[in-house]
Amino acid sequence: MVLLPDHTSGERSDSAGAFADNIVHFVRLLRASGLRLGPGKAIDAVRAIEIAGIRRRDDLYWTLFSVLVNRRDQRELFDQAFHIFWRDPKILERMMSLLLPQTEGTAEPQKNHVSQRLRQALLPGRGEGRASKEQKEVEIDATLTFSADELLQKKDFAEMTAEELDAAKAALQRIEWPFRPTRTRRLKPDDRGHRIDLRASIQASLRTGGAIIPLKRKSAGERPPPLVVLCDISGSMSQYSRMFLHFMHALSNDRSRVHSFLFGTRLTNISRLLRQRDVDKALNAVSERVPDWSGGTRIGATLAEFNRLWSRRVLGQGAVVLLLTDGLDRDGGTGLAREIERLHKSCNRLIWLNPLLRWDGFEPKAAGIRALLPQVDDFRPVHNLSSIADLAAALSHASDGGNRLKQNLERLVA
Amino acid sequence: MPAPVALPASIDATEALLNQGDYVADRSLATTLFLALKMGRPLFLEGEAGVGKTEIAKVLAATLGRRLVRLQCYEGLDLSSAVYEWNYPRQMLEIRLAEASGTGDKEKLGRDLFSSDFLVERPLLQALKPDPAGAPVLLIDELDRTDEPFEAYLLEVLSDFQITIPEIGPVKAAEPPIVIITSNRTREIHDALKRRCLYYWVDYPSAERELTILQRKVPGAPQRLSREIVAFIQHLRNTELFKLPGVAETIDWTRALAFLDKVSLDPDTIDNTLGVLLKYQDDIAKMKGTEAANILRQVQQDMASLGL
Repeated sequence: MVLLPDHTSGERSDSAGAFADNIVHFVRLLRASGLRLGPGKAIDAVRAIEIAGIRRRDDLYWTLFSVLVNRRDQRELFDQAFHIFWRDPKILERMMSLLLPQTEGTAEPQKNHVSQRLRQALLPGRGEGRASKEQKEVEIDATLTFSADELLQKKDFAEMTAEELDAAKAALQRIEWPFRPTRTRRLKPDDRGHRIDLRASIQASLRTGGAIIPLKRKSAGERPPPLVVLCDISGSMSQYSRMFLHFMHALSNDRSRVHSFLFGTRLTNISRLLRQRDVDKALNAVSERVPDWSGGTRIGATLAEFNRLWSRRVLGQGAVVLLLTDGLDRDGGTGLAREIERLHKSCNRLIWLNPLLRWDGFEPKAAGIRALLPQVDDFRPVHNLSSIADLAAALSHASDGGNRLKQNLERLVA
Repeated sequence: MPAPVALPASIDATEALLNQGDYVADRSLATTLFLALKMGRPLFLEGEAGVGKTEIAKVLAATLGRRLVRLQCYEGLDLSSAVYEWNYPRQMLEIRLAEASGTGDKEKLGRDLFSSDFLVERPLLQALKPDPAGAPVLLIDELDRTDEPFEAYLLEVLSDFQITIPEIGPVKAAEPPIVIITSNRTREIHDALKRRCLYYWVDYPSAERELTILQRKVPGAPQRLSREIVAFIQHLRNTELFKLPGVAETIDWTRALAFLDKVSLDPDTIDNTLGVLLKYQDDIAKMKGTEAANILRQVQQDMASLGL
């Protein structure tokens, strides 16, 4: 039996054409759900099905899967979309008709386990409305408190002004990073290089008919190492989160190979969201995506998650880790020592920027801080952090009071 | 010279072909591979280390009777080690000879020096050369180890199967090679490259498939031991380890235990041979002793209840 979805309302009567139409609809559905699929993919999908000669439902599934899915995290969405769509390809029309008020009630029961994104693609406008209604507006002042309780809320950031934008860009240019660029193994022409470029030499010798072979030289190039930013967004850090996000956004658009993560009670990778050039759009997307703004802190658990799921994917090629946290951890630093050690061993350099040091009499009493200190390569305290310029200054080489302070603190800990 | 083996004509045939090369594939992999072969697209395999990505290319080359051209990627991989290089000593010798014979024809010397006689072919160029046994299998292994500029270069090669050597001109493959790209995901590969490929995530195998793999790869191992090993490792993959053991580790461990003449697992043996399975001290420390013994007890209970 051939399990092809039926299509009756189309103008074209031949089943192959109708089938191709269905594929195109399916690709559009996936695209609306957030998969990045160009028009070429629909053509590929049709061709693939022609070649594979679908005889079983799972053949159709895997044929489409192999053409349309190119990242592991898209599997779930594809799976749901496939089962909804190919059970009834006219579901789009029906879902559309559900938008009309009289039939509204009928679609409710089966929607529960459909992905939010897919639901939004099927019912544009409706999913969002529901989501924002469910979202509670919680406003609490959690400055300098920290807890392990999950507190899920959205955050609204004031839009960035043009002056702020300029200031951020200027500040970023001024940063003198406390690490050296990595040398590439690929060589580039260089008159003072230490290695001889034979190809260029022979090439040059031809100009004189081979009488003289002028030696051309080459040397290793340099490029900045990948940068991984881990930023704490818990309650005790909430007053800085807007600035940190602006900083991370500017960084992501300024250089290649930047990965950004936010952590509070859970870990979220926001690298792709920040690559959006418009800062406000990017921050809105981040705000939508991240559920644990200004909640508690579980540094140990979130670092463990980072180590397990991400460290091998983003810490290759001599990456530098920038940790933005005050080190206050409600879990009392349990498991933190082990995880920070693992992180330190996996990266080239670990830089900790701590904004809690506003008071001169800061002592490393919190267990989290005591666990973190011995494992960081570079400790950057910020006494008065109010702008990206301050942040840039703190990260630059010139303000290297941090490591002296680190030694003092370590002595205190011991 | 053996006659060229035709490409499989259906998904079932692809499955059978891999099976013939002792590669136990599931339906999804066979489908994707079949499409890649049929559509002439590169197959992009991603997955954890030791799940058998490279093996797919090797088995494919062996069963189809094609030449396997392997490009192992590493940081700093450049044109001269991936595509082609000129034979400089010979070129210099040629210049000296031209000088000695006194023919000062610069044009001719230039043409001679940069002709295919002096060209040293590297994997990518080799893969474009025609072969009586059919187009070769080009394995681009661990692409994530190289850098973005090389990836960008590959884009051009993989879309047209053509390489341009400035001194000679374009070299185009008469028949495009079968391209298999693997990545361990230590870095995200750019979407532009992925777009040109068919993507497949090589996952850890199910218990049933892993047992079949073991029976194929370590035929001498006692049946009971193999079953226990598979069940133990499947349990292990559900725990939070830094690096989960892959199929390669399963095979290694089975071989190791077979060498030790074991017929079934016991806590002591597990503790002593854990280094074959887990490669991080943290993971070993976590598993050693009671944790491993607990899993083993669980495994043995499950097997007893199934009447094995």
